[in-house]
Amino acid sequence: MTKYAVELKDLCRTFKTRAVKGTRKKQLVTALDGVDLRIKEGELFGLLGPNGAGKTTIIKILSTLLFPTSGEAKVLGYDVMKESHKIRKVINMVSGGESSGYGLLTVDENLWMFTQFYGMPGKVARKRIDALLRIMELEEKRNVKVRTLSTGMRQKTNMIRGFMTDPSVIFLDEPTLGLDVNAARMIRKFIKNWIRAKPERTVLLTTHYMMEADELCDRVAIINEGKVLACDTPENLKRLVAQESTLKLEIRLVKDIRAFENIKGVKHFTYDHNINAGLTKLKFILDDDAIVSDIVSAVPKSGSKIVSVEKVEPTLEDVFVTLVGRGLVNDI
Amino acid sequence: MAIKQNLRTMKWAAWLGWQMESNWADPFLFIVYSVAKPIAGSLILVVMYTIIAQLGGDTDPALFSFMYIGNAFFMYVMLLLWHVTWVIHDDREHFQTMRYIYIAPFNYFIYILGRTISNIVITTFGVIITLVFGVFVLGVDIPLGAINWPLFVIVMVIGLIGIMAFGLALAGISFITAKHSMGMNEGIGGIFYLFCGVIFPVSVLPGWGIAFAKILPTTYWLDMIRRTMGVGAGVDPALAGVSMTSSLLILCISTVAISIFAVLIFKLGDYIARSKGLIDMTTAY
Ligand SMILES: Nc1ncnc2c1ncn2[C@@H]1O[C@H](COP(=O)(O)OP(=O)(O)O)[C@@H](O)[C@H]1O
Ligand SMILES: [Mg+2]
Repeated sequence: MTKYAVELKDLCRTFKTRAVKGTRKKQLVTALDGVDLRIKEGELFGLLGPNGAGKTTIIKILSTLLFPTSGEAKVLGYDVMKESHKIRKVINMVSGGESSGYGLLTVDENLWMFTQFYGMPGKVARKRIDALLRIMELEEKRNVKVRTLSTGMRQKTNMIRGFMTDPSVIFLDEPTLGLDVNAARMIRKFIKNWIRAKPERTVLLTTHYMMEADELCDRVAIINEGKVLACDTPENLKRLVAQESTLKLEIRLVKDIRAFENIKGVKHFTYDHNINAGLTKLKFILDDDAIVSDIVSAVPKSGSKIVSVEKVEPTLEDVFVTLVGRGLVNDI
Repeated sequence: MAIKQNLRTMKWAAWLGWQMESNWADPFLFIVYSVAKPIAGSLILVVMYTIIAQLGGDTDPALFSFMYIGNAFFMYVMLLLWHVTWVIHDDREHFQTMRYIYIAPFNYFIYILGRTISNIVITTFGVIITLVFGVFVLGVDIPLGAINWPLFVIVMVIGLIGIMAFGLALAGISFITAKHSMGMNEGIGGIFYLFCGVIFPVSVLPGWGIAFAKILPTTYWLDMIRRTMGVGAGVDPALAGVSMTSSLLILCISTVAISIFAVLIFKLGDYIARSKGLIDMTTAY
């Protein structure tokens, strides 16, 4: 029997929310609705989905912060309900977009203290902290109090806290959320190198950036409203929509967007007006290349003029749009 | 191995607690505050005693000693009830480290205990200042030579364990309540203050009050403190009939019972919090 790093079977989680003012009834929110997933040891696995999809809920259940409502969740074969203490020894977790840490301690003190809570031998701890500070380019900040750090630096410190215990499985909840481009790139590179260094290491990360999932992950599960819609390698996922092609059109600001509705052979289309530039960007997913001319001829009807036409390879975003019928984020 | 790890956890949790306590911008202010607070508490007690004495026409110095010792050692009760919950609140709301502390593979009880050590030390400092002030300024008679030191130390340790256990139970509850738990702790502290023979003898309580007082370990703890110190003991007729051995025995048994109860409550609170997703919640006020 193969041992999975993570195994989810029909995992469900609901939350009772407080009654809204004026109403008596408590709402029942379904965060996870029968999730099945198997992540092998050594995989860099991504959960891709929009806000509210249930990504954080999965991470919390796996990192022993939250019980499932029903179903099963296992980490390296240990059950999250019954064997939390065993799980905690082999995992760690980092969530992005927050400013956690003991602000009154220095970066180094924060990290050192956690190595001691994890029972790491002093020498090993020292070496790991030093190495990670170097990689994250935080060396000159090591003796600086955490409360004086920028958000990005705090997040990097938190990242080091997660990786320094050398977990077998690490859960990263939107690790690059709110980071600037350079810091995000550095973190992605670090994650890639980290998992390559030892074949048994497993990473489960969540993201709502399709670029990130595409670039980093061996396999990606697309998740929306608590359900897994598809789960495969980024290449295979893109192949799902490969027989369809994607057309990007830049035209002068449209007067009547309805001209593009109901064109035969268009599976989905999204648009974005840029008032300042006086442009509208359109993106079509097509069943058949032959209808490009139909779209082009719809442009004058919309009261606009073509600026540029581009045929593009499908992205995970397109996969998502095809599966869900809307975009991951609001951009095109 | 496990013991070594627990000691390490305790050491670094204590270190963290100390960093927080000593994180005053001005160490001088910190010391003044640490001295002024217990002395202010003693002076309030003098006022209370004067009022009680005038009302009752009773100016027994033994009663003042009784009150003085009760008041001084009650500082530990207030501290521990409050602080254990505070640690959770602070990690969760202020530092947002709760989720990372929670998933660390260590004994959380040991962590909380460690976080509290520096406060116990600071409070001990406050208790000593209060006693010294009492002896030299207010004329409280503490016969140092007559104190049964070994028994006193044993009683102190058992007593602190019992109060700590209460704190732990409250911490378990604060896992699920977040916002109002600090008020709850003060309320419970108030109940202890009324019923444990802190500043007036248990015997002045109505019958049900006496019965209630007699199941609280802190009642016996304060009684045993007074007895081992030989100060203000025997003032309380409700407890005078209980022999020293019985009192100590009851203290031990009730401490064990309270500790078991506290661990159960804590685990229950933990379970409910994890079921409802409250472990790392922030109320963001
Ligand atoms: N503690 C909670 N109480 C009530 N609802 C919650 C709670 N946590 C999450 N939810 C709800 O569950 C759904 C999934 O949330 P989440 O897992 O945080 O999504 P994601 O991380 O993908 O953005 C959302 O609708 C969210 O509002
Ligand atoms: Mg999330």
